[in-house]
Amino acid sequence: MSLNNQGRPTAPSAANDAVQVQTVSGNKALDQATKLIFETGTPRRTGVDLPEPKGKANRLGAHAREGEIGLPGLSEPETMRHYVRLSQKNYAIDLGVYPLGSCTMKHNPRLNEKVARMPGFADVHPLQPVSTAQGALELMYELSHWLMTLCNMPAVALTPKAGAHGELCGMMAIRARLDADGHSHKRRVLVPESAHGTNPATAVQCGFTVDEIPATDDGRVDLAALKAKLGDDVAGIMLTNPNTCGLFERDIIKIADLIHSVGGYFYCDGANFNALVGRVRPGDLGVDAMHINLHKTFSTPHGGGGPGSGPTVLSDALKDYAPVPYVVKDGEGYNLVETAIDGSFGRMCAFHGQMGMYSRALTYMMSHGADGLKQATEDAVLNANYIQASLSDVMTPAFGGICMHEALFDDRFLKDTGVETLDFAKAMIDEGYHPMTMYFPLVVHGAMLIEPTESESKGELDRFIGSMRHLATKAKTGDVESFKQAPIYAPMRRLDETQAARKPILRWTPPVDVAEAAE
Amino acid sequence: MRYLPLNANDRAEMLSVVGVDNIDALFEDVPKSARLDKLVDLPKHQSEAAVERHMNRLSNKSIHASSVPFFCGAGAYKHHIPATVDHLIQRSEFLTAYTPYQPEISQGTLQALFEFQTQVALLTGMDVANASMYDGSTACAEAVVMARRVTRKNKAILAPGLHPHYAAATQTLASTLDIDINEITPEIGADASVIDMITDETACVVVQSPNVFGEIVDLTPIAEKAHAHKALLIAVFTEPVALAAIKSPGEQGADIVVGEGQGLGVGLNYGGPHVGLFACRQKLVRQMPGRVCGETVDANGERGFVLTLSTREQHIRREKATSNICTNSGLCCLAFTIHMSLLGDAGIKRMAALNHEKACELADLIDGIDGAKILNDTFFNEFTVKLNKPAAQVVEALAAKNILGGVPFSRMVNGVHEDLLLVCATEVVSDEDIAAFGAALKEVLS
Repeated sequence: MSLNNQGRPTAPSAANDAVQVQTVSGNKALDQATKLIFETGTPRRTGVDLPEPKGKANRLGAHAREGEIGLPGLSEPETMRHYVRLSQKNYAIDLGVYPLGSCTMKHNPRLNEKVARMPGFADVHPLQPVSTAQGALELMYELSHWLMTLCNMPAVALTPKAGAHGELCGMMAIRARLDADGHSHKRRVLVPESAHGTNPATAVQCGFTVDEIPATDDGRVDLAALKAKLGDDVAGIMLTNPNTCGLFERDIIKIADLIHSVGGYFYCDGANFNALVGRVRPGDLGVDAMHINLHKTFSTPHGGGGPGSGPTVLSDALKDYAPVPYVVKDGEGYNLVETAIDGSFGRMCAFHGQMGMYSRALTYMMSHGADGLKQATEDAVLNANYIQASLSDVMTPAFGGICMHEALFDDRFLKDTGVETLDFAKAMIDEGYHPMTMYFPLVVHGAMLIEPTESESKGELDRFIGSMRHLATKAKTGDVESFKQAPIYAPMRRLDETQAARKPILRWTPPVDVAEAAE
Repeated sequence: MRYLPLNANDRAEMLSVVGVDNIDALFEDVPKSARLDKLVDLPKHQSEAAVERHMNRLSNKSIHASSVPFFCGAGAYKHHIPATVDHLIQRSEFLTAYTPYQPEISQGTLQALFEFQTQVALLTGMDVANASMYDGSTACAEAVVMARRVTRKNKAILAPGLHPHYAAATQTLASTLDIDINEITPEIGADASVIDMITDETACVVVQSPNVFGEIVDLTPIAEKAHAHKALLIAVFTEPVALAAIKSPGEQGADIVVGEGQGLGVGLNYGGPHVGLFACRQKLVRQMPGRVCGETVDANGERGFVLTLSTREQHIRREKATSNICTNSGLCCLAFTIHMSLLGDAGIKRMAALNHEKACELADLIDGIDGAKILNDTFFNEFTVKLNKPAAQVVEALAAKNILGGVPFSRMVNGVHEDLLLVCATEVVSDEDIAAFGAALKEVLS
């Protein structure tokens, strides 16, 4: 017997969906309307108790800030509510399937969070004496060992702050080596059409020019086209493997040999390393540099857009050009090399990189072990293939055959239905799923890239497949309007992104006082 | 393995749906020579308790800031972080969400970003801010590249008080882009010297205030000279709390303001993750790197937020993007914004006043010790002490007495200013800590 049943049991009358309630509060039951803090807080209120300053002598010179900054303050309960309400407007891995291809939304173990907060990692200053930070350095050294072993590569630069920063690291090491060898005329970088946008952007940021290589009909690098592009000015290639179509580049060793034959280097975008861990080592494929997204492959949380971490493994040819700082073993202890010497291309950022991500990633790796990491890779690939196989008759796989950790579909199955990839994605939101990656890679029309990761159970996958089949079938029956209207059950309906870009409002400003404006 | 939901039956069933006999069949595209036939040479899986024990052992090998009198700054600052902050950022909906590419189900992250951008704009005195960068140093480097885009000139001037790591990170990025940067000799009170270096060829001048030595710099005359030569002033800070006490860079004419936000909401983390702040004038917004969140309406006309101006970004513009940056520092900028929402104007001003007061007390004490001399005319919460011994040696001797007594300048630039020690005091430093530091320093210097 539940509490409200005491004498007054609930017996609803038949539901009438025609009744729509406009609430006065703007709330919709659990979905609470949440104003901006600038509309609720005031600069005089604060949620932090600090002692009264004694009012001592001032050493700010003539530089003291006068007047109000305009920052609203909230008491602690108001702060709690504000952010808890906001949080409830977010989708999250912990809520449901988040099949964003290429982004690898896997489970984030909470042990990682606990370890990252241990004071010997979280509460250590980057420039306190290394003699007092030995535990942190040992962790970095251990992490390096795991990454180098999994990649069969002789060196790793830990400092890059994110995947794209790791790309920069690898490409700068390549440039430094080329310049050291007197090969400064090598400035052309080959990039497949299917590459992540960061690849060409990185190459340009390192002073290279970009030359695109087309794909074959089976979604892989066109070897003949690649050969035709080779020349003495080629600095290297930036290639993702498995590529962004979710396919393993079968000719990868040939590609590496070809690039090396003209004195170029092979940069591998490691965004999809989670399809290889424990089964394939990039060092065995002829890779010279590869960044590893700790926030994808090794489960450090994405946190709504970061922070990431992009340690970059380097081959024998490039290891002397690695950025500073790095950890070295020094007798029984550990030391940091912080000054760039010899070939090192310098420093990429203040301090030593993303310690908080190192501790999480190493915790994840040690928890899995060599056996668990391999199993995770296999499960990720199996889950993707299971989805592809289960949807092939109602959707259109872009290439078919076996895929790796993600399954790529195009929009041929939506042809003449009036439903577009975007509409299909928004309809998935109403089904309770985060949409897959859409319109990427660019080589496929209306691309839908589904990456389930190893974290999904078979039951969850079956429910997801059921929803996808239902939507695909519904699209073909001509029910366009329900797709165009979607999402209906999300906290917001479709947003006007065109308006946002045309007249950018990037911050709150106080409303204009009507009386004042009239004066 | 506790993180993997599939069992042997599931796997067998699923393989048959895929139409293959075994898992190896899914890896047939891998060249034979690269197929591993055994496990990599690493330990096998371990229980949660076993991993935790190992990590605890490592953690205990370091001396952490809260356990001792602590006076390190130089780009990373120890402040009290309200318990609310860490609780909220660990909510699944924030922690385990991706970049808010689907705004209908990401309004939590997006609204928080919009509030963050507004707070950063207010604090720096600028028109707009982006949704954060990796850290202060990379934000600084990106600002210099942006200045070249805006001015179409390629000479950047870095001031002698710029944090050496920021200067190094900027030089690294600039070196491959043929941006010409001056050699800098770090010096405490010499930032105004950049005024005479500005010419019509200058794209930007980069000045930190308070600078790495703690000295507060008057940016106004530098901005005036820069603008007279159609150059941009990039103002840099490493301690966000300082901006509540000193005139904002915006007020002094800065065109771009970049800095480190770690001091609010984010712990020391041995140097990362931190959170880079990036703000600029409205007219420069389309040249800004990084993600930006903007206000719009939904199909019902209700206010909502989206990522916007993405035509600047790599996933749309590819090789023509303003930067290769993809990730921001999402969770750290959430921590920053929650801490700032708790503080408000009143709180952050009081926090700043307490920082300044502690630093003044410490400076007065140190100045009275034989063999130690404060070099600053002005400072906020950190300052530079000239010692009669190498600072690195003094810091080691203090550490042996269980005091983390600041950062030797030579730790950042090997062999330079070996007698200079950067000392910082924040609101977490107690009177007892200050007394202990004074007594220990006296002993070490005598």
